[in-house]
Amino acid sequence: MSGAAPLPLRVGGAAPPAPVPRLRASDLRRRFGARAALDGVSFAVYPGEILGLLGPNGAGKTTAFRLLSGLIPADGGAIELDGAPARPADRGYRARLGVVFQEPSIDLKLTGRENLALGAALYGVPRAHAARRIDQALALMELGARAGELTATYSGGMRRRIEIARVLLHDPDLLLLDEPGRGVDPEALRRIWDQLGALRRERRLSIIVTTHQPEEAERCDRIVILDAGRVCAAGTPDELRARVAGDVVTVRGDAPEEIAAVIGQRLGLAARIAAGEVAIEAARGHEIVPRIAELFAPGRLRSIATARPTLADVFAKLTGRGLDA
Amino acid sequence: MSAGIQADSGAGDGAEGGTSAVPLELRARATASGVIAALVGRDLRRFFRQRSRIAGSLAQPLILWAVLGAGLGDSFRAAGAGGVSYLQYFFPGTIVLTVLFTAIFSTISVIEDRHHGFLQAVLVAPVSRTSLVLGKTLGGVAIALLQATALVALAPLAGFSLGGMGYATLAGALLLSAVGFTALGFAVAWWIDSTQGYHAVMSVALIPLWMLSGAMFPASGAHRAVEVLMRANPMTYAMSAVRRGLYGAQLPAGLVPEWSSPALELGVCALFAVAATCVAAMLCRRRA
Repeated sequence: MSGAAPLPLRVGGAAPPAPVPRLRASDLRRRFGARAALDGVSFAVYPGEILGLLGPNGAGKTTAFRLLSGLIPADGGAIELDGAPARPADRGYRARLGVVFQEPSIDLKLTGRENLALGAALYGVPRAHAARRIDQALALMELGARAGELTATYSGGMRRRIEIARVLLHDPDLLLLDEPGRGVDPEALRRIWDQLGALRRERRLSIIVTTHQPEEAERCDRIVILDAGRVCAAGTPDELRARVAGDVVTVRGDAPEEIAAVIGQRLGLAARIAAGEVAIEAARGHEIVPRIAELFAPGRLRSIATARPTLADVFAKLTGRGLDA
Repeated sequence: MSAGIQADSGAGDGAEGGTSAVPLELRARATASGVIAALVGRDLRRFFRQRSRIAGSLAQPLILWAVLGAGLGDSFRAAGAGGVSYLQYFFPGTIVLTVLFTAIFSTISVIEDRHHGFLQAVLVAPVSRTSLVLGKTLGGVAIALLQATALVALAPLAGFSLGGMGYATLAGALLLSAVGFTALGFAVAWWIDSTQGYHAVMSVALIPLWMLSGAMFPASGAHRAVEVLMRANPMTYAMSAVRRGLYGAQLPAGLVPEWSSPALELGVCALFAVAATCVAAMLCRRRA
């Protein structure tokens, strides 16, 4: 929906990183008992930028999200908002954020419009403005027609959209989204991302999104890859993909360990196993595919494919494990 | 339309349109009263939308009253108050039980809601934890008072006269005990953080306290040890005050403890309400 529309009153265009980040997190630490959920994590998001925190379950993404949104205190580290020290416990800090949870935090017994009115009250949006802003947010998220219905009747995608609409009412500077793709069908998710992209361009809104899905991470301007509570890589999707040489050849079949061993011995190629598949990095994947096929008896392999590396490949290369682990 | 909701907001409130240029203090304008009113409004809306909940919450105590009252009617006579039927004796206890059940019902949702539901959105909003406690408590109180009012309107069924009631005492006792029970429910929900644990504390601890409040039998006829327990039980004072309110000037002798007085009863209720609210606010502020 956003592409054709006229651009906005505010600064438009892509967002070149400004010198002062909207939010900078330095050396965030948080333990749960003996386990360090966050073990010295640092990152920054600039105005108008979408930053992805990518990692498998347990990597520390949700802990970082809860810490930034003020739900749990940090054991250590510092947060700056527009260059000034900030504490998530302060209401002034939270007033500038819009937080969208993984699990719906709307009231299913209320209508879409009532949920937004409640959100406006929680953020102190003056009554005189609230009605108009609610109409605008409903229109932006394409929910106007169903606004009078109970949100219990909404689909997963609509619920996510009403949540996003709710956190836009107070004009936040930074959105935090925890796994926005969970429970939303791909088409609905694509539209949500289009809408978020427009907001980021038009309002210089910064967005931090946690995800374990490589496709979702591709939509981010920059990505911080988390593993076991630490940052293991950061960069644009292209920079991260460049860490994997050339193409990735994926071989599927029974006994992936044996397949990897045969490929290693006969072709001298390093093969790793992630999520039950054998993956081989190669500068020219299409040349490797027939050579691998010749090594095995017919039927031994289920499939061989070559593709450009995905962020899942990058993660697997960096950690030796899959994102779904 | 994709011009965004920002597009025309600059025309209105000066603080509205800005981003980082606006001082932080100006943006956290959610007033405590606004937040509390919004949370109470939410609870009332939810309540009126659930017809079955309204019916159930009224039918349950009435059935209990009718069954227990009629069943025990012949075997029970309040000591020193021979003229009062058990149906009548038990009615004030039914009202207090309704307030107690409503408080339990409206705060148990806090446990789930806090980690997987609507309360998450309140916790990340620029809202003080005290406003959250007060909003949630007063929401439960509003529902409890609606139900108590409905029961009071039915009191003539038990032989009470609507014209002769001491409404000030009755309203004070109901309001204060609703605040006390609901805030206590919130505190327990926040502290225990598990539905089973909550049930254990609220039902297993509070129902005996209700039984020992004079709801089912008067202190005057009880065993000495039980009477001591009743004297130490704050719910006894709420119970007596409600009973006094329902009878007004026509309070038969022996129905409320002779060592008690309306001022003492309302004082204990007020103390309990304030203490429970403070504990709830303290727990909510301290624990994530």
